[in-house]
Amino acid sequence: MRLVLVGTSHHHAPVELRERVALDREQAARLARELGEAVCLSTCNRTELYLEAEDVDDAERRAVGALAALEPEVEPALYRLRDEAGALHLFRVAAGLDSLVPGEGEILGQVRAAHEAGNPGLLLDRVFRQALHAGRKVRAQTAIGESPASVAAAAAALAEQVFGELSGSRILLLGAGKVGEHAARNLRTRGAEIVLIANSRTGRPKLEEQLAQADVVVSSTSSAEIVLDAATVEGSRRGRQLLFIDLAVPRDLDPAIHELDGCYLYDIDDLEAIVSETLAGRRGEAARAEAIVAGEAAKFHEWQASLDVVPAIASLRARAEEIREAELLKAEALLRRLDDGERRAVESITAQIVNKLLHLPTVRMKQAAVSADGVIYAEAVRHLFGLGEDER
Amino acid sequence: LAEILFWPVLLFYGEAAVGYLGDARRPGTAGRAATWGVRLGWLVQTALLVVQAAREDGFPWGTWAGSLNLFVWLVVGAYLIWGCRKPYRLLGLAVMPLAAALLVVARAGGGTGIGVRSHYSNLFLVLHVGLVLVAFAGFTLAAALSALYLWQERRLKRREASILRRPAPSLVTLDRLAGRTVAVSVPALTLGIAVGGVRLASEHESVDALVVATLVTWVVWIAYLVLRVRGSTGRHSAYLALAGFALVVVVRLALPAVHFS
Repeated sequence: MRLVLVGTSHHHAPVELRERVALDREQAARLARELGEAVCLSTCNRTELYLEAEDVDDAERRAVGALAALEPEVEPALYRLRDEAGALHLFRVAAGLDSLVPGEGEILGQVRAAHEAGNPGLLLDRVFRQALHAGRKVRAQTAIGESPASVAAAAAALAEQVFGELSGSRILLLGAGKVGEHAARNLRTRGAEIVLIANSRTGRPKLEEQLAQADVVVSSTSSAEIVLDAATVEGSRRGRQLLFIDLAVPRDLDPAIHELDGCYLYDIDDLEAIVSETLAGRRGEAARAEAIVAGEAAKFHEWQASLDVVPAIASLRARAEEIREAELLKAEALLRRLDDGERRAVESITAQIVNKLLHLPTVRMKQAAVSADGVIYAEAVRHLFGLGEDER
Repeated sequence: LAEILFWPVLLFYGEAAVGYLGDARRPGTAGRAATWGVRLGWLVQTALLVVQAAREDGFPWGTWAGSLNLFVWLVVGAYLIWGCRKPYRLLGLAVMPLAAALLVVARAGGGTGIGVRSHYSNLFLVLHVGLVLVAFAGFTLAAALSALYLWQERRLKRREASILRRPAPSLVTLDRLAGRTVAVSVPALTLGIAVGGVRLASEHESVDALVVATLVTWVVWIAYLVLRVRGSTGRHSAYLALAGFALVVVVRLALPAVHFS
């Protein structure tokens, strides 16, 4: 049984093309069932079909046909991978190494959902389980997914550096810019609450009053003037730590706020510098993650190769057991004189002899399976021990 | 046996110090190994103290070197309360090299072996030396937390782009923990000084330089708490904690010869 992968991703196709082959969960499950033993992974960045088949050329043709039926223009943008290369690709995808932002965490859940909705046989089930394991391992053993990858996430992570747990922290949202809303939403997912919303026309007394209740100020108005100055902040700080996130251009918040004791002001450039640094860190961690993924791919290769010799090993062991039982039956007249304990001892000794004789050939065949010699060894064993001749 | 136990303690604490250094450069395995070094070292040091107490049949840490040994154990024990948590591994970088160095000093002064029994009563030593050392261990930890606070605050003020690649405990948490540690330690120091004062009065002994320095230390830490109650937290509070710790260092290392003679 072999693995075939056909698909396209953000590396090969622009969004206009990708969106025409994107499938929702229901459609992906239906397509997988139509293709036989298959799994369809469809996200905003990729649509991939994983098939398990004996005839890989036929499987590949069917997969290409299925995607081309959705959008004929996608065919030149399709990649085709087989066996270990396909498995390695899936492991990289699950680990977030093939994502637009290295190490992003959402993909692992999408791989899990695709596996559950798909129609995997023995091989696909194994490769998807191992991919999920590889993804979890990479996240546990490297810091690839720990640091924020967007300005909004960086703002929320900065707030945690000042306040720790954000539950109970209050946000003052100045203006209704999209970036500001996104940052506030990020803060909310970490437990903070948006208690106040103001804009560039809010008067100073009202602003001071609102500021006195806030821990984090997120600003993104379209005002050409400074909306909040250092004197206003000084008047309402009352010894507390305050974090100011200025996402507006031109800036809304007076740069002198940062000089105040206990006040920390970050503008869009500061946040982008932080994101750029954390992305560099993620790329650095990616090298370690690649090594983990390569290790998992090697394990998959060993497992897949062992499938070639497993039938031969099973036949050999069955044949040996058959001979052992037949010889014991022949000696039944002698064995009848023995008591139950002695009979059990004879049974045990003969079984051990068979096991010990077959142990080394079994190990050697599995080892040979990892290299290219597995099938030759399996054939040699079949020939030497006459396995399967009775059936012929 | 006490001699045999000293070396693994030093080895574990040394490993922890090096491990935390490695963790600061690349967070991960080195930090986990360092935390295990702290745990195991502290357990072995506990065994060392038990052996000392059993052999001495009393309180064997009445000498300056012996009390230093006990002090190290208290500091590491206090650190263990938070040190096992990942965000506080950076604190280990401040605490564990100090612990390892002080342990070596304690050994050089004969504080890790079986010494001569003190002429003071066990009850007095446990109350006086024990309480003062508990307080000093707390102050040491509070100072380490404050140093970490100032470092973290500096990073935020300088808008370091790498700040999220190596996250530290939050400012608010560090400030709160330092304050709580001092709030627990000051009553211990007050009681310890009171017990010593009662003895001085009953024995008609004179006040020495260590007693004066300890009283000054007490005043500084009381001021720390008063200022916090009045709302002066954060950076000012952290600087005051470091000043208080400097006095603890003076009392612990520079003046014991006067007091114990």
